[in-house]
Amino acid sequence: MSHKGGHGKIQTTLARARGHGSAHHGVESWIRLRVTAVGNAVLGLWFIWFVKKSVGLDHAAFTELLAQPCNAVAMILLIVSVFYHATLGCREIVEDYVHCECMKITKLLGTYLFFFAAAVACIFSVLKIAL
Amino acid sequence: MSDIKQRPLSPHLQVYRPQLTSVTSILHRATGAGLSVGLVFFTWWLVAAASGPEAYGVFSSFCRSLLGVALLFGWSLAFYYHLANGIRHLIWDSGRLFKIKNAYTAGYFVLFFTVAMTALSWVCIMGKY
Repeated sequence: MSHKGGHGKIQTTLARARGHGSAHHGVESWIRLRVTAVGNAVLGLWFIWFVKKSVGLDHAAFTELLAQPCNAVAMILLIVSVFYHATLGCREIVEDYVHCECMKITKLLGTYLFFFAAAVACIFSVLKIAL
Repeated sequence: MSDIKQRPLSPHLQVYRPQLTSVTSILHRATGAGLSVGLVFFTWWLVAAASGPEAYGVFSSFCRSLLGVALLFGWSLAFYYHLANGIRHLIWDSGRLFKIKNAYTAGYFVLFFTVAMTALSWVCIMGKY
């Protein structure tokens, strides 16, 4: 192919493979979405087990279950992975369907702030229960 | 300007017969969006647990209400679908499963997995509800 070395001769093959355009982070969020997807899949299996264990427990029994180090750590990892994945996913949806620049920025900002705040609330809650 | 107007338009959603591949694709987005909304509920769960028995009781009784069960059922469907179809997407990302026949087989497997796991999960917790 004629563009083996990138667009014209400006980009090297490596630069093209990395997908860095003028903003310098071409495929970064694509990769992050996949990395967190793998994290979600693994932690999701733990989550199925954890939810099944939690159903029907009263407050004391549930907090005791969550306070176990393995569960607390898994839950915090799940929170980080899932909320990050959700933020990236929602961003993709907003970028695809919202075309007015002003609305897009507002919705993206709202999404980021909301997920960040909720993730902090979740992690704080787990730590409060576990420590 | 007139040139732009006369360009042939590519056929869009409304003229396509829904296919398994396109339906599973848009469902992946829809379930992802639904699960993101579900994170509000997830946050309520953990914050209620950290707040004390009273708050946790309010959360628990909502889970047992008709609306609560309906929402949780929907989220369980969305969870299993997004999990299975997400793995299908990861396999695609690795460059496999692109033959139409294989993509369809995997698509049917995703739908089967979703229904089977949702049913199994609810049967498993039925006694504890």
